[in-house]
Parts: sequence; C-alpha cells; structure tokens
Amino acid sequence: MRDQPEQQAPPVQRLRIRYAKRGRLRFTSHRDFSRAFERAIFRARVPMAYSSGFNPHPRISYAGAAPTGSASEAEYLEIGLAETRDPASVRAALEEALPDGLDVVEVVEAAGGSLADLLEASHWLLDLEVDPQVAEPAVAAFLAADAAPVQRMTKKGLREFDCRAAVVALAAVPHGAGTRLDLVLRHAVPSVRPDDVLAGLASVASLEIPGAPLLTRLAQGPLDPVTGQIGDPLRG
Amino acid sequence: MSAPASAPESVFGRLEPRLASVSKPIQYVGGELNSTVKDWDCAPEGETVHWALMYPDAYEVGLPNQGVQILYEVLNERDWIVAERTYAVWPDMERVMRAGDAAGPIPQFTVDAHRPVRAFDLFGFSFSTELGYTNMLNAVDLAGIPLHAADRGEDDPIVLAGGHAAFNPEPIAAFIDAAVLGDGEEVVLAISEVVREWKQEKNGPGGSAMTRDELLRRLAVSGGVYVPRFYDVVYAEDGTIEAVVPNRPGIPFRVRKHTLMDLDAWPYPSKPLVPLAETVHERYSVEIFRGCTRGCRFCQAGMITRPVRERSIRTIGDMVENGIRKSGFEEVGLLSLSSADHTEIGEVAKDLADRYEGSNVSLSLPSTRVDAFNITLANEFSRNGRRSGLTFAPEGGSERMRRVINKMVTEEDLIRTVATAYSHGWRQVKLYFMCGLPTETDEDVLAIAELAKQVIAKGREVSGRNDIRCTVSIGGFVPKAHTPFQWAGQLDHETTDERLKKLRDTVREDKRFGRAIGFRYHDGKPGTIEGLLSRGDRRVGAIIEQVWRDGGRFDGWSEHFSYERWVASAETGLAGTGVDLDWFTTREREYDEVLPWDHLDSGLDKDWLWADWEDALAAAEGSDIEVEDCRWTPCYDCGVCPVMGTEIQIGPTGQRLLPLSVV
Repeated sequence: MRDQPEQQAPPVQRLRIRYAKRGRLRFTSHRDFSRAFERAIFRARVPMAYSSGFNPHPRISYAGAAPTGSASEAEYLEIGLAETRDPASVRAALEEALPDGLDVVEVVEAAGGSLADLLEASHWLLDLEVDPQVAEPAVAAFLAADAAPVQRMTKKGLREFDCRAAVVALAAVPHGAGTRLDLVLRHAVPSVRPDDVLAGLASVASLEIPGAPLLTRLAQGPLDPVTGQIGDPLRG
Repeated sequence: MSAPASAPESVFGRLEPRLASVSKPIQYVGGELNSTVKDWDCAPEGETVHWALMYPDAYEVGLPNQGVQILYEVLNERDWIVAERTYAVWPDMERVMRAGDAAGPIPQFTVDAHRPVRAFDLFGFSFSTELGYTNMLNAVDLAGIPLHAADRGEDDPIVLAGGHAAFNPEPIAAFIDAAVLGDGEEVVLAISEVVREWKQEKNGPGGSAMTRDELLRRLAVSGGVYVPRFYDVVYAEDGTIEAVVPNRPGIPFRVRKHTLMDLDAWPYPSKPLVPLAETVHERYSVEIFRGCTRGCRFCQAGMITRPVRERSIRTIGDMVENGIRKSGFEEVGLLSLSSADHTEIGEVAKDLADRYEGSNVSLSLPSTRVDAFNITLANEFSRNGRRSGLTFAPEGGSERMRRVINKMVTEEDLIRTVATAYSHGWRQVKLYFMCGLPTETDEDVLAIAELAKQVIAKGREVSGRNDIRCTVSIGGFVPKAHTPFQWAGQLDHETTDERLKKLRDTVREDKRFGRAIGFRYHDGKPGTIEGLLSRGDRRVGAIIEQVWRDGGRFDGWSEHFSYERWVASAETGLAGTGVDLDWFTTREREYDEVLPWDHLDSGLDKDWLWADWEDALAAAEGSDIEVEDCRWTPCYDCGVCPVMGTEIQIGPTGQRLLPLSVV
C-alpha cells in the first residue's frame, strides 16, 4: 500500500496582496494569472507554505477575480508562508518577478477573518463610445426601473437574472467624445458583472453600445450601507 | 525592403477593441516574461536587420518551441538585429483580421511589438512538421505578401524556411525565397550579415543594383542557403525527376546543412520565454545533446542531426539553475533524441536530484530507450515519491520488425525493464509503437498485443497488485527524406486502419488483460498527407495552395484536418502531370531514381543509406545484421563527419555538480 503523504505544517504568516491588471495584460484570464503568480512566487523565492496531500500546492487563496478583458486596480489574494517575511520585501520581490502589467500594488499582513467576505462590492469605470446626451437618459431609465432582466451564457447554459438590484450607484459623465459610467456593484449571487449592467442598459433603456468598452475596476472592499462607499479590505 | 524612415506603426490599437471577441485573446498580446522589444532602428550605426520568426502553429504549441526561442535570443543579443515572433492565428482571429477596420484588413503581426510582418527584412519559418505548410501560406497572405516568391517585390521580406521539414522544402519551393538546413544558431547570424551589408550598399552609390535578386544570389553562392528559384527541375517521361540543376553561374550544385559544434558555447535558451497563456509544455527544457547515432532507420531526426554533440554536465547544471530562476518553471526536461545515452547521464541525474532535493523542482527525461538503467535514472528523478508513469518506445511489435528498423530490443529486455519499473513502485507503463513499417504484416502488429499482455502479467506478478496499467500508443509510420526508408512504399491508410482495428479487437477480447491495456492511435489518413508532403517534389506545391485556398488551416489538428480536401486538391493540383497521390506515397522507389532532395546535402552518403535500406530488407528475411552506435563503436561510414568537417563530441568530463549555496 502506498504511504500516506507527509502532513505539511500550517502557515506561520498570511499576507494579503492587492494587485493590478493593466494595459494589454488585462486579457489575462484568471487561470493564466494564477499560473503566472505561482511561477512568480517561486522566482521571488517566497517561502510558501504548502497544502498537505499527494500533490502539495502552495497556499494561495484568490478572491473575486475580474473578468478576462477588464482592467483592474484592485484584485486581491492571500498567501500562506512557511517563514515570516517583511511584507514590503515580498512586494518588491513579486513586483520584480511578475511581467509588467501584472503589478503588485500592496502587501500587508492579514488581519484575520476571510478576505473573500470583505469584498462586498466593486467600484467600476466603464468607458463607452456613446454620446453622453444619449447615455444619461438611459442611465436614468435604468435606475428608475425595479428590475433589469439580462441573459448570460454560463457553464450551466443560458441563464436569465436581474442585474438591477446589485447596482448600488450608477452615473454617466462625459469622457472625451464618449461617456464614462461610474458604477458601484454589490457582489451578489448570481454575481452581476459590469457587462451585465451594459446588457441591462440595452434591455431596459435600448442603449446601443458599439465596440468593446474598456472596463476598469478601481476598488473592491466592504460596502458602507449608509454612504455606499467602498472601504479598504486591507485595513479594516 | 529598404529601411523605412520611421518604425512601422504597431497594429495593437486596431487589434485591442476586437480582442474581447476572440477566443483566448492573451495569445495575441505578447508581454511574456523574458520577451524582448527593441527600437526598430536599434543599430548603433548603419542598418538594422529585422527578423520576424514564426512557428506555424497556434501560440500554445509554438511558444514553447526551443528552436524559435533559441534563434529569437541569439538574434536579439546583437545590437543591430531586431527579432520578433509571430504565430498562426485561429480562424476566429483570422476572420477579425480579414474583416479589418476603416484602414483595411489587419495584417499578420508580431506578438512582441505588434509590428506588421511585411515591414521586416526576413520572415523565417521553423517547420518541425510538414503539416504546418498551409499555416505558412495563410500567414504570408495575411501579412500582405504575395503568395508566390516569383511575385514578390523589393518591399517584401525574404521568406525563409528552416527546421527538420526544410531538408526537403521542394513542396513549398514556390512559396519560399530560401531554405536553410540544419542548426540555425550560426547561419541566422551569417544571413543577417549578408542582409546588413546589402542594405548598406543599397543606400550607397550604385544602390540600384542591390535588388532582391542580388540579395538572394549572395545568400545562395555561399552554398549554405538554398534558393529554389536558382534551380531548375526537369521531369522524365515517367514522371520521375530527370535532373535538378542550377540555372545561373556561381550557384552550387548542392546545398550543405549547418552543424553547430561545441554546444557548451551556445547555452540557449538562457532567457526562457514564460507565457501567460497556457501552452503545451509548461517547463524549462535543456537540450543535453544534439544528434543521435543509434541508427533507427525510420528516424529522420536521428539521421539529419548527426554527429552527436553533448553538452557537458557543468553546462547542463548551470542551464537548469539559470533556467528555473529566470522562468519560475518548477519542471525541468532534459531533452535529446535518446537522453539516457549521454555519457554522464547517471551523474547528471544524481547531482541534479541532490541539488533540488526537498524542493518542488521536478526533473523529467523524455525519449529514453528500453533498458533497466533507465529505471535507475527514473528513480533518481522521482525521489520525492511521485511515480506515475514511464514511457518506452520499442517502436516495433515483433522482434523481426525491430530488426528491420534497427531498434534492437529483445522481448526479454523489455519485460525485464518493465519488471524493474513495477517493482520500484511505478504503476503505469506507456509503450510507443509504429504501424506501417516496411515489410510489416498483420502478425507484426498483433505482436504488440502479446507484448502488452506480458507486460501486465509481469507487472501483476512482481508488484502483487492488480491496478497495473499499460498504455499502448501507436503512430503511423511516414517515410522521410534522408533516411534509409526514403525509398520505401508507405502503407496505405486503409490497411493501416484495418491492422489497428484487428489489434484493438484482439486487446479488447482478452478477458484477463484487456481492461488493463489502454489503446491510443489515430487513423491513417493524416499520415498519408504527411507522407505526400515529406517526399513530395515541386509539383506538390499546387496541392498545398489549393488546400489553403479551399480553407485548409491547422492540418496538424484533427478537428481542422480534412482528408477529403487534400484528396480533391491532389486531383486538381496534379492534373496533367501523370503522377498522383499514390505515386508520392505508396510507391516504392528504385536505386537510381533522382529524389527531390538529392541536391540538398545532409552529409549522409546516399549509397550508405541504400546499403542500410538493403540491410533492412535482408533483416526482414531473417538475416542478423545490426548497425551499432558509432558513439560507442567504430565509425560505420554514414558519411556525415568527413563531408561536413564535423566530429563526435562527447564526454565523460569527469566533473560533478556542486551543491548550490542558498543566496
């Protein structure tokens, strides 16, 4: 009989990392990113803790990854280390080991609790090639609606769901020749993505959106129920 | 092709809004770790030479290719050369590019700086397989370069082919300007020098004489670059080739292959490319030697890469450490055509296993022969406990067949080897065979089933367990140029499929062992087309073009390959020539037939190859002839070393790897 694999010690330190997906590397899928990140921690010689089992994996927990093609200034993950390290030096080493465009913004010691639970909402900017005069009434109509049913192809097939309830705030402002939508989205089940809101604008307010809008996540974190502001998940 | 006043504009801005609409857009954006983007006019003085390098398959297959990575790095190390990479785009991306935007179609671009390929001086293709030919035509066309070399103008790049398939580039002769045989490291630099000098003269007095034709002439007179247009092919009444002769003064009758000596001086890739996209090989590979002299008669790689040239244990150790640190890959492959044959492989295995003990760095040794020593190596490489599967390649099912191909493995050897493997904790053995070898009968193929059953029986016996598996993997044999089997008739795909079906039924019917034996094979049709392209002559070009015009792409992918399209195109393409698909594939050639690649010199003596072919046929009748390996035994006169001025370069060096100090 095969021997049981050796049990690995639990991590002695947990670090939370904020990173950005910028420029052309916004086309990195989440799977692509996780492979690149695992290589980066090896190159950076971060002393990772490993999971137990026949196939030990470095302890990395990803939370709320942005869809492929959207840029982000606020992606988060947590790593478990086998030895204690200064978060600033880990940040510098990872920054060096990752390609430009996948940029480590901040590394802090984990405060405890679940990182995923802290990520209650996201702040997005959506740049559309749409005249603001056209976009503004569409946004108003969307906000006035009780529900905005949209469809999306998921792994389980075509699903229909409401995208209105997850929208905490939505505003249209002129941006160059087009429009920038400023959007705060609550993370719900089923999850509503910014492109679902664009689909909602099309279905509720017949807004036609040409081309491929640039979507950028600016922030992710706990949602203040009173102010609607998004807090910093690394301090809280 | 004169240097433009300013750098060609990146097409990324045109691509970007469309990337969200194609599958796996990350493959088109570049930005890989260790990739290089240089200024277009980077030469400190004089002209910059620009290379676009293409592996003509999808990014996921092309990116890990060692050949392209090596040349990319060697070229970019020169401060007067810009080398960028491009790959075959998937059909969804091709539609997007052809549809284009207000500025017209989006041209074939490099992934490094997204420069249009047509702006480069040279467009180099690396062909590991002939099934990439339609992808080459597509890329040339997407680039906006005329498909036929004869129609290209002064502003078009020189289209160049290299890689193993370039040892018979005749089927693509109409589409390429030049081909290079053999190791690329030195010749790409030599070509770059010629191009630079030509570009400089072009800007000087008398520059008008510096035409495209003149550049190709300069490349051809060296004898190391094949320029098909400078050779005329004359056909005889019966459809065979009467002669291939140079059609202008100064052009040599034969073109030589290139052989890199002293591999320790060329430790590439030293900046391995690390993709963001998932690719077929996610590891760092070190080529531990080049060339193979085992003398397996079916193996084109073993014939055309002679002689054996080893990297020393020290260089291998340095390359592994540097490669994993620069890439972050934790898996290392030690590559070659027969890796266990390295003179110091035992020391390499032990010392590397020692160095990386306790880490997650894993080592693998593909391409090993069937002998017990390999189990010792495999044990070293799996110290941290994972013993999932081992692969061996007996190639022929019966002992008679193995004699014909000169792969001398007895049944006892094989059973003893797998017994050792199973007793050391390995649970799965994969065996690789070929179907359709010369003189093969049904019985030879059915012998594969017997072998697999014995492997399972022995495995159950020595391990005392029932969960022993054996996977039999079968490829169709395709006769290749510059091998002793270049004269052989290829087995037709109907008979190939029949034999494989009989084998599968025999395995499945077996109640004791059938369920423990996995069976993997492909139908014979793609092999027939690969055979057509491997031994074809210039007349085959019309077929390739027709297939491409009809939408043929990615012929190496079963979901894209269409046999019917190739058959129909062969009929129209060869109409009026008097020859057909069978003539190129299933027909056995005679001693005095001029072969399409006879004017291309791999160093192998044609009479030696013929004698070896006759030995194979004699072995088929039971005679006991074995060609031994000239790495260990005296020279057997294949001709390569004296003709090419090369020699075997092997150890042992007697050196060992020291433990690494932790930084």
